[in-house]
Amino acid sequence: MQIDVQTVNIEQKNQTFSHLKKRFGDKKIPSRYQEASYDLQAEENLHYRPTWAPEQELYDPNLSKIRMNDWYDLKDPRQFYYSTYTLNRAKQQETMESNFKTVESLNLIEGMPDPVLAVAQDLLIPLRHANYAANMNNTLVCGYGYGTVFTQPCVYHAMDNLGIAQYLSRLGLMIGDVESLEAAKQDWMDSDAWQPLRRSLEDLMCVRDPVEVFIKQNFVLDGLLYPLVYQRIVDQNLVEQGGSGISILTQFMTNWYLESKRWVDSVIKTMASESAENKAVLEEWIDSAANHFTSVLLPVAGLAVAGNQADELVSEAHDELLQRAKKAGLFK
Amino acid sequence: MSKVFIILQANEETRSIVEAIEQDNPDAEVVHEPAMVKVQAEGHLVVRRETIEEEIGREFDMQELNINLITLSGNVDEDEDALTLTWNS
Amino acid sequence: MDIKKTPKKLNVKEKYRLMTRDLAWEPSYRDEKEIYPYVDYEGIKVHDWSKWEDPFRLTMDAYWKYQAEKERKYYAIIDAHAQNNGHLNVTDARYLTAIKLFLQSISPGEYASHRGFARVGREFAGVGPQVACQMQSIDEIRHAQTQVHAMSNYNKFYNGFKDFANQRDRIWYTSVARSFFDDAMSAGPFEFLIAIGFSFEYVLTNLLFVPFMSGAAYNGDMATCTFGFSAQSDEARHMTLGLECIKFMLEQDPDNIPIVQKWIDKWFWRGCRLLTLVAAMMDYMLPKRVMSWREAWNIYGVENGNALFRDLARYGIKPPMHWDDVEKSIDHTSHQIMLGLYQWKFGTAFHSWTPTASDIEWLKEKYPTTFEKYYLPRWEYAIAQKENGGEYNNFGLPKLCQVCQLPTLFTEPDDPTQLCHRETDYEGEKYHFCSDGCQHVFEQEPEKYVQAWLPMTAMMQEPLKGDLAAWMEWVSLEPTAAGEYANSEDKANFEKWRKQVSTD
Repeated sequence: MQIDVQTVNIEQKNQTFSHLKKRFGDKKIPSRYQEASYDLQAEENLHYRPTWAPEQELYDPNLSKIRMNDWYDLKDPRQFYYSTYTLNRAKQQETMESNFKTVESLNLIEGMPDPVLAVAQDLLIPLRHANYAANMNNTLVCGYGYGTVFTQPCVYHAMDNLGIAQYLSRLGLMIGDVESLEAAKQDWMDSDAWQPLRRSLEDLMCVRDPVEVFIKQNFVLDGLLYPLVYQRIVDQNLVEQGGSGISILTQFMTNWYLESKRWVDSVIKTMASESAENKAVLEEWIDSAANHFTSVLLPVAGLAVAGNQADELVSEAHDELLQRAKKAGLFK
Repeated sequence: MSKVFIILQANEETRSIVEAIEQDNPDAEVVHEPAMVKVQAEGHLVVRRETIEEEIGREFDMQELNINLITLSGNVDEDEDALTLTWNS
Repeated sequence: MDIKKTPKKLNVKEKYRLMTRDLAWEPSYRDEKEIYPYVDYEGIKVHDWSKWEDPFRLTMDAYWKYQAEKERKYYAIIDAHAQNNGHLNVTDARYLTAIKLFLQSISPGEYASHRGFARVGREFAGVGPQVACQMQSIDEIRHAQTQVHAMSNYNKFYNGFKDFANQRDRIWYTSVARSFFDDAMSAGPFEFLIAIGFSFEYVLTNLLFVPFMSGAAYNGDMATCTFGFSAQSDEARHMTLGLECIKFMLEQDPDNIPIVQKWIDKWFWRGCRLLTLVAAMMDYMLPKRVMSWREAWNIYGVENGNALFRDLARYGIKPPMHWDDVEKSIDHTSHQIMLGLYQWKFGTAFHSWTPTASDIEWLKEKYPTTFEKYYLPRWEYAIAQKENGGEYNNFGLPKLCQVCQLPTLFTEPDDPTQLCHRETDYEGEKYHFCSDGCQHVFEQEPEKYVQAWLPMTAMMQEPLKGDLAAWMEWVSLEPTAAGEYANSEDKANFEKWRKQVSTD
């Protein structure tokens, strides 16, 4: 029997789950983000210690030097849970798909000046390996970080990095088929310009403090790399030289960086405002990593622009990063 | 011989897919249960893109199967033209 | 390199290889052991990670596209379910017990899998399994979230849903599922994959999601059916990952075979014990049944399991050690669990009940050799107590198995009239088990299982010290959420609202 139940007005017993009521009261119906994120991770009475590291707890906030009274303070301003995340990316993917089609159907790659293509090949395609490292690093943060609102966006960020690596691979296939990817890998492994970055990423993959990895990868390295490579070199230099087609194919990266930096900044701001100790740790990490990665990226920028200009672009990116850090309450 | 199977959600989209599977696997057995439909066969079952495309009258990407797939059993081999399920014994 | 070369058309396999496999590189500045510190200690030998076969070759563009389509469909259905008072379409409110148990026990397990797969997606030293595990990690958080969202609407109208987060960590019976997932997560990366990817997903998940979700649909709960089937479409990928993983380990080195066999033995048993709760859900908690636990077991356990182990025999893998004990228990466990839940119903955040006359007829028909002989008399005793104004409760605390954490309420495999109980002395302490299977698991790794958090022991210690009222507060158990279904507010409200609907 199918009954018509739409017309009945019945009174609700509970507005929300108890753990959400405790956090947010029950005046408002909680959002799906809140339901999907808060207090999902087990907190107490964990059964066994990890056999891989018996000194740790199964979920262990002490894996990081950063201390939070409540890790659920680190909310994602984008309020991404699986569904909103996936729907957003699917929409962006549709745009990217039509961008790829446009570039293909208008033969934009073939019509591009050789120097532009050379920069795309030398600078962009090897970056797919850097995105793989970022994928691994964010996967670590998701796996070992504490509290769902902090760890959840990291698995999305990890998959985004894989997606970016795959967009770069498609670009490579368009400009030089499989040989493009092979040459880029060769560069990544051997050419002088890429070795400092590869070495730094191998070093970062050995770090096990999840917040340290988060800061150095998502704030420092990406905070230098995306403004430098995508905002300046691709969207300005290459576009001026007739490389709009490249810029269309890296649109995802540009938008993704602008979107995700709001999240990264908000996490840092919340951590820094928690305590003077946190602030000191964050400043130490950011200060050393920012200087280090700035020098690492200099030869990378040199693949696209002449020495002086490379210096200039890299130091602009560095200043921009420190501005972000200041806005988040650091170095004051 | 062991049975392999594929189970799909029962809806309009999967009607034609199931019909295509039946065409390609004349010995397969189709079982309807609430909200789902199971297609099973001894040892081997193949789902072919071309046959599905003929049934639905448009292009079909094998990965679209994911949307309505509930479960399957057997060793999986998938490429752009077909998904094959087999048991080796 | 020849720029502007016309690209060849790549096939799916080649494209996927370039888009994933080819992204990683062999580190030269740091030792692999520093990057992957946990990949060796279980003793699994891997000589060539590139031999890993990717079963489903989803690149992120396709992943986003198809998953978004699933999400749109799913949320359209649960939005409609919420707007149209879809909860009043379920056959009767007894059904809600099944989904309360699901939210309290299984959804936290989905979440644990999400975190566990993120870890192994980082710890494996090959990009093939890394990416496959990461994709499973993101799928698993999807499952946890869609389940919470589906239950959120039920929570607005019924008891027993709202405290699932606290109860996940504290109430006694959720410890069964959580100890299972904690056990897997605290194991090494390869064992985790055998535990969740192979034993749970491949061998057992069909039993959880397929007949039960079909049953949810049959009982008018489209919200649950939809998250179940929508999740299961991801499981098809996960099961295949589990199977590929086991083949990969077995093919890499013959020394891996005994290790893998040991894990299969352990995790098959652990999984089957966990699924006894699902057996009770299938046989007792679906007011309208699609199939019995026995029938489901025959299809998804026996037929499918045999096919799988015949296939794996070429590697020298044998069917799981305690398979026969499981087979012998199938006609008993749902009744034993439901009787157990019924007698401890004052301590559960869901309701239970005695079977109705038509339930009894169905159970007799489905379990001709066991139900009438062993379990009907006990139900009749409970029914008679109710009719005489009493209540069938057991206020003694159940003794929990040190491994599976279920009460030791199962019978000897060969004698359904004898309760099964095993003990092992370890470092001067006595440990109790429900079965040979659990005792065996303990004895392989006693140093692990002595750590188990036992909810009944915790109840007797500081600060609760055996005070039932204090315990109820600590586990957020309100009296309205517990006890006999017939006297429950859920039943009264459901019937009142339904009546309101039919007279309108």
